[in-house]
Amino acid sequence: MNAAGVVGNNQAPAPEEKQISGGLAGLYERAWLNLRTGNLGPTPIIVGEIAVVIIFGFTATNFFTAVNFVNLITESAGTAMLAFGVVFVLLLGEIDLSIGYVAGIGALIVAELQLPGSSWQVNGLIAMVVAVAVCAVIGGFQGSIVAFIGVPSFVVTLGGFLIWQGVILNKLEQRGTIIIQDRWINYTDAYIFSHLGGWLIAAIVTALYPLSVLYKKIAARETEIAKQNPYTFALRTIGVAVVAFGTVAVSNHGRVIKTALGLPLAGVIVIFFFILLTFLAKWTTFGRHVYAVGGNAEAARRAGINVPRIRVLVFMISGATAGIGGIIFAAQVNSVALTFPPGNLLLNAIASAVIGGVSLFGGRGEVRGALLGALLIGTLQNGLNTLNVSNGWIYIITGLVLLGAVMLDTVAVRLQARSGR
Amino acid sequence: MTDTPLLELRNITKSFGSVEALTGVDFEVRAGEVMALVGDNGAGKSTLIKCVAGIHAADSGDIFFEGAKVDIHGPRDAARLGIEVVYQDLALCDNLDVVQNMFLGREANRFQILNEAAMEHSTSATLKTLAVTTISSVRQPVATLSGGQRQSVAVAKAVHWNSKLVILDEPTAALGVAQTEQVLALVRRLGEQGLGVVIISHNLHDVFETADRITVLRLGRNVGVFDRGTTTQQVIVEAITAGMPTKVAGIPSTGERPA
Repeated sequence: MNAAGVVGNNQAPAPEEKQISGGLAGLYERAWLNLRTGNLGPTPIIVGEIAVVIIFGFTATNFFTAVNFVNLITESAGTAMLAFGVVFVLLLGEIDLSIGYVAGIGALIVAELQLPGSSWQVNGLIAMVVAVAVCAVIGGFQGSIVAFIGVPSFVVTLGGFLIWQGVILNKLEQRGTIIIQDRWINYTDAYIFSHLGGWLIAAIVTALYPLSVLYKKIAARETEIAKQNPYTFALRTIGVAVVAFGTVAVSNHGRVIKTALGLPLAGVIVIFFFILLTFLAKWTTFGRHVYAVGGNAEAARRAGINVPRIRVLVFMISGATAGIGGIIFAAQVNSVALTFPPGNLLLNAIASAVIGGVSLFGGRGEVRGALLGALLIGTLQNGLNTLNVSNGWIYIITGLVLLGAVMLDTVAVRLQARSGR
Repeated sequence: MTDTPLLELRNITKSFGSVEALTGVDFEVRAGEVMALVGDNGAGKSTLIKCVAGIHAADSGDIFFEGAKVDIHGPRDAARLGIEVVYQDLALCDNLDVVQNMFLGREANRFQILNEAAMEHSTSATLKTLAVTTISSVRQPVATLSGGQRQSVAVAKAVHWNSKLVILDEPTAALGVAQTEQVLALVRRLGEQGLGVVIISHNLHDVFETADRITVLRLGRNVGVFDRGTTTQQVIVEAITAGMPTKVAGIPSTGERPA
């Protein structure tokens, strides 16, 4: 779905595209060419998201409300955080099955460390840093077994799945539920920005995309990566602006009884990590090496890339993002209980990345895929919930969407191969 | 050509378990020379090259580069000396584009942030120097290139790093006639530009098209070194299939030089 490895949003022009004219006519030509050759990018998932929103808008009574919109953001935030880590792991062609319970460990640690009256009570902010660090170490430990001993990641993280589940069981079986009272921790889900704050954040996020493109155009002038149809650029900038300001506008409309709502911090955390991790994947040597190892590990090794180091670091990222996601989930219910992680967290996270066009075989996919995938799954499940559909049907429909997305992607890849791209 | 060989291997021995892949092999290549390395399957050509590239460590023997004894412990050591290897399977990442492959593992960066412009300019320049004109865009993923184009990228990647010695392992094995011609022309240009070139090939036609001298290995031992001008394919075939192991044939320095 995505032409992996191409920096930023510019697609490398294949020879046949050479004749494409600039300007508005070129825009149509390119869109048609991309459709024919299966180079769809994130278009299908965006279309799918819009379709889902329209369908639920007409069928569910409580779906199209500002309050539900804010709920949707906070519900999807945790899954999106986990899915970010999944993208990096999948880019290597590996898998991490432990993230659901590693997220649980992250939640458990913040809950323990904030426990009022205990001798080890620390500030919530410190507790979160410690929790994320521990989760990163857990990821690094599992990654080391994969990288240095050579056990397949499926098996290593399956072991992790059981181990961390066991740890959580041991800790919580007698205690039942640990209530989280620390406001910093609970803020990760429930903090609401003021209306002005929301607008400011929307403005910053909107500015970042054109600035990054302009930077590339100036820093890399006279290269192919600087070439971009100005209309594509304008359309994308407008798209980002509409989404950013639209999100804030709708959030600001929300009102629970008498309390005005606004942009939730959980959404901002997700966007922050989305930008940070996209930068890491596309603009840094580390990101380039991740794509290289996923594309051809042997070539990467011969090129002098320290492949085990990349593997360990990627599993650390996966652990850390799981930890952050876990904290957000715990903050949602202000507690950690035996029912953690909620629902099908692990599978939802992996499905998000896969629906977002990240290949299971490595080397192909982008961080934005996780965000879009998590949003689609979140919207689906939220909409079905507001329709009072049973859990069984929610699983079935999520599964069908996953299948559909993967089939579409497979067909797209075949089209790309046939057209030599 | 100078008298000191660019690369000189002396008495290289390498075993895998009980199998002796190389037994006291000598080898040399001079700057500006295309040296062919030929031999039947299992003669030890690839093993010898991997010892130079730092993939394998030789059990015993010495490696001299530009007259100085060197230790090569890994691909990075070899790269630092200016030795680049183009492997049979090319070692390119299909999902990355030409520029990204060219700089794989050595990306131009400032504080770990990629400098794409510098990399793209320099890639285009290298392809131009080598007169590789068949690649229309350096931002194409390698997956979309033909076999000959891939080989050209792999060779360009090897030359790119101011390398002094380029080793090509079966560069034409998977190519058609026209593409083979392209690649052989490229190999000759490398020699003309003053690089030392080692070309491993099963195809004697290719060898006689490009090489200045030909080293023959058989069952992990030296058989001889032949000048292309004064030998025939017949002689080489005999050496490959039935040559007698020898210590001195063709390498003048062998034996006289104190170890």
